[in-house]
Amino acid sequence: MRDAIQTVYELSVSGRAGVDLPASDVPPTDLPADEMRADCGLPELSQLDVVRHYLALSQRNFGVDSGFYPLGSCTMKFNPKVNETIARLAGFSDTHPLQPPETVQGNLALTFELQQWLAEIGGFAGVSMQPSAGAHGEFAGLLMMRAYHRERGDLKRTRILIPDSAHGTNPASTTMAGFTAVELPSDERGNIDLEAVRVACNDTLAGIMITNPNTLGLFEEHIGEVVELVHACGGLVYGDGANMNAVVGIARPGDLGFDVMHYNLHKTFSTPHGGGGPGSGPVGVSARLKDFLPGPVVEAAPDSDGPRYRLAMPVKSIGRVAPFVGNFGMFVRAYAYIRQHGAPGLRANSEHAVLNANYLRVKLRDTFKVPFERINMHEFVCRGAIDGTGVRALDVSKRLLDYGFHPPTNYFPLIVPEALMIEPTETEAKPTLDAFVDAMKAIAKEAHSDPAQVKAAPRRTPVRRLDEVKAARELVLSDRTKIAAD
Amino acid sequence: MSYVPHTERERRDMLAAIGVARIEDLFADVPAQVRFPELNLPPALAEPDLVREMQAQAARNFSVDPALSFLGAGVYHHFRPATVDYVLSRGEFYTSYTQYQPEVSQGMLQALFEYQSMICRLTGMEVASASHYNGATAMAEAVLLALNAASGKRSKVVISPAVHPQYREVVKTYLRGTRAAIVVGDEDGTADTAQLKSLIDQDTAALLIQNPNFFGQWESIEDLADEVHRAGGLFIVVTDPISLGLFRPPGDYGADVVAADGQSLGIPPSFGGPHLGIFASRMAHVRQISGHLVGETIDADGRRGYVLTLATREQHIRRAKATSNICTNSALCALAAAVYLATMGKRGLRQVAELCFQKSHYAAAEIGKLKGFAINPQAPTRPFFKEFVVRLPAPAAEINTRLCDQFGIIGGYDLGGEYPHLKDHMLIAVTELNTRESIDRLVMALRKVAA
Repeated sequence: MRDAIQTVYELSVSGRAGVDLPASDVPPTDLPADEMRADCGLPELSQLDVVRHYLALSQRNFGVDSGFYPLGSCTMKFNPKVNETIARLAGFSDTHPLQPPETVQGNLALTFELQQWLAEIGGFAGVSMQPSAGAHGEFAGLLMMRAYHRERGDLKRTRILIPDSAHGTNPASTTMAGFTAVELPSDERGNIDLEAVRVACNDTLAGIMITNPNTLGLFEEHIGEVVELVHACGGLVYGDGANMNAVVGIARPGDLGFDVMHYNLHKTFSTPHGGGGPGSGPVGVSARLKDFLPGPVVEAAPDSDGPRYRLAMPVKSIGRVAPFVGNFGMFVRAYAYIRQHGAPGLRANSEHAVLNANYLRVKLRDTFKVPFERINMHEFVCRGAIDGTGVRALDVSKRLLDYGFHPPTNYFPLIVPEALMIEPTETEAKPTLDAFVDAMKAIAKEAHSDPAQVKAAPRRTPVRRLDEVKAARELVLSDRTKIAAD
Repeated sequence: MSYVPHTERERRDMLAAIGVARIEDLFADVPAQVRFPELNLPPALAEPDLVREMQAQAARNFSVDPALSFLGAGVYHHFRPATVDYVLSRGEFYTSYTQYQPEVSQGMLQALFEYQSMICRLTGMEVASASHYNGATAMAEAVLLALNAASGKRSKVVISPAVHPQYREVVKTYLRGTRAAIVVGDEDGTADTAQLKSLIDQDTAALLIQNPNFFGQWESIEDLADEVHRAGGLFIVVTDPISLGLFRPPGDYGADVVAADGQSLGIPPSFGGPHLGIFASRMAHVRQISGHLVGETIDADGRRGYVLTLATREQHIRRAKATSNICTNSALCALAAAVYLATMGKRGLRQVAELCFQKSHYAAAEIGKLKGFAINPQAPTRPFFKEFVVRLPAPAAEINTRLCDQFGIIGGYDLGGEYPHLKDHMLIAVTELNTRESIDRLVMALRKVAA
């Protein structure tokens, strides 16, 4: 288990094959000699080699199915298995995006209903399913804000306000959309500093990006005033839906005055994170931005035997941000998830996500200081360093690995030094939370009794701490094993 | 069905520990006038009912036997070996997230490192990212890379009209936030090399072609790379990864960046996504690449291991100055592609490419014999890989409807919408999954519907 696993190139033996294809059943045509290559450089493995290789690799990977994964702001909840089965139904997975619409009414109906449900959940006038991920949705949302101002001839609006607690994707998306990010401080209760918003509001403001609850896991106490200030000066309000799992059925961002928000189907609506993706980041908008949505979106027209569905481009659309309708396979899973829960079930999820996070906070706060302490939403941030021992938040995280837990998010948000951001989600039961609390407290004790052990962690994982400096300096980004030629 | 595991007793104990009476009390910070809205959603379904309903929904689509589908245009029906879904179904992989804790993510990191390795060799490039959303966004990021490489001093991007129309639309959207603009060659359906060259100037950040192009044909590359390099721009090539099993990689003809959609590599069409954005480049651009890169290193005991590297390019470190905003990518699809490529191997991928070539040429020859049909009228002598253009004796939509209704065949892509001069033309794709029998059936059906 602890020895390095050979790469597919090291396992390659000239002449092996993993699959058998039928011989050509048509008369041969001469291949174009000018376009040919000698060797495509792929390895050669038997099918059993392939299966053992990837099985061995899977055993060196930790997912929600392996254990508790309280990675803050990522909503690592249970991924229902039935959704995987459903997404693989041939009627969904083997349909081609360019098939005539009359042959894919099931897919279009599903997408249309999901647009409607997401609009209902978020309190918005319209939804586009185009964006492939949260950051992609941010980019689309900001382009809509830009198009809105430009259409009104309001060309001075170049600034976007972003709280210092925001995800890094917010300022990065802002730059990509051609705006300038202006950082806002947080106040002593962890809210956006209202006075700073007031000062920043003028006729060069394009809008504000707000994550609510914010990355401290706190519901913005002055959200109404912030929205009002931004709207009063002609700006628009963007909502980062990354933390939506706290508020489904609790509060609708549209009702709070948000103009545009992305949903993360891979967080709130349980589509799997896939080792980093694929996700899906639909955008919902208020009435004044509806015509600017990226497209195509799905529209329904009444017909004698029920509605007919078709793809359509919103009239002032910013255009496509992805080919076809978006990450449809994720829509199927999210649709199934919403259908399993109904409105009361979705609200219960948010309530229990918040219950679990508050329970962990009160259990841990005497050992790990919570800098902005009040009732939190689905996550909270504590200080991970153990004073007087030299043990840092990163060390605590690494030691958690030895206890069989995935660590929380480290060193984020940036406004809390030595931050550990903990998001348990609603699908974890009390015994798991208690075991996590016990592990955290045991590590805090070890930090005093045997700090070297904590700083040397992890020891029970397939590898120990890795040399990231060497990786960045030497940049070995692909296997250099020579493979035998034919 | 709810996945909340709490018992009534656990809930009570937890609320007591927090010091609130009811779960609703946790939401006092939410303005009362908007708190607890009534959501109008359909009632919850238990798992058996859910499965029944979803099966009925799926059955409303016409999902044809892939042998009887001739639709491609960027998304293809290819053989998917059983190993791919076996590996993708491992919960350790698909329920994990980005590898922020490398000690417990070595499996995915090594798989992505091997993916990068195989993509480098396949494309003839020196570095490949751990995935982008899809081929179109990978191409858009390649354009942004070229604009950055010119330090924002160049504002023109020359794109061949024979690049996938939806990819061009995505690039156009991505450029809305910049002062750069796209210049597309004449929409005559072919990328005339001389014409593309004439568009390149000192303001050109990149020249972008697709090869084989949207119509399935190889471009006459000649000295295109030299031409754009002389002008100081980058040469970006969009390609079909299946073709690279047998045919020349873009690295051989001077590409600086290669973008492609990897859906063909073991990923189902899934009505358009999720797919895989393949992104590869020369090492010179490694610090401008968007998205995750996996690098090899050693652990505290000197054992080989893998980490995400060059994070200083990325949004969580650089924020407003990051090379891209990408965070979530398409890692599981990259894993699918890796398993596909490892299973197919050198010979298997070559065989797939050759079968696509042979079968599409058989289909083209047979359709070409039909009265009123013509093959690749826009460029009859240019070689093609697995797709070709057919001039039809009637509107494409009409023919497709009859193919579907009368013969159970999904016909080709109607080119008239995107290329007005190709009204009554369709793009037909033939892969290793189309049997001779199914091709003969298509030919027979075309003869009948045209009569």
